[in-house]
Amino acid sequence: MGDVFKALADPTRRALLDELQERDDQTLFELCTRLLSRGVGSSRQAVSQHLDVLEQAGLVRRRREGRHTFHSLDTSPLRAITRRWRIDPEEGPCGSP
Amino acid sequence: MRITLTSVLVDDQDKALRFYTDVLGFVKKTEVPLGEHRWLTVVSPEAPDGVELVLEPDEHPAARPFKAALVADGIPYTAFSVADVHAETERLKALGVRFTQEPLAMGPVTTAVLDDTCGNLIQIVTVQDDAPAG
Repeated sequence: MGDVFKALADPTRRALLDELQERDDQTLFELCTRLLSRGVGSSRQAVSQHLDVLEQAGLVRRRREGRHTFHSLDTSPLRAITRRWRIDPEEGPCGSP
Repeated sequence: MRITLTSVLVDDQDKALRFYTDVLGFVKKTEVPLGEHRWLTVVSPEAPDGVELVLEPDEHPAARPFKAALVADGIPYTAFSVADVHAETERLKALGVRFTQEPLAMGPVTTAVLDDTCGNLIQIVTVQDDAPAG
């Protein structure tokens, strides 16, 4: 598995995760369209490479169905982060969540 | 000079004619036998004298790899306008049409992407200003 921290370090990759959180099962075309409407003007090739990094980190799953490829979010690798640096289940330091 | 024809590359003209008429709702305009294939066009019933869509055989060796590469990335090479993408998507899904992108609003346009069963993805588009109120 690739590096989750490295995968999360790039703003375009974080934007891709945001879009996938909004809707699972997106094609590369849909993701590129969504990024464009956010004002992130990456080429299709660049977006595809970002998805490769996210897939290697386990944050994105690619599913092939016939001639189509769909991308989905998998947040399970993020558990390793909160296991390592536990989050107080109660309130934040200022008494608010 | 005017644009009167546009083409989609289809893997089977009979299947394509059924899909583009029975499912999408276009009507056949011309059908001229040309050996193994036909000169086959459909038009929108809303514009019978408007632009004709040619259902063009995808026999050229470059055509199928081109189509497959577009489909693999979910890219619709052809787009049609509809009054209401959401309603049209529901109507087509009820007829068994497969969508690779659910309706998605992006500023002034809403789009969805469907599989034409002939090796192409088709985008349907509503421009909000054109949509009926409500």
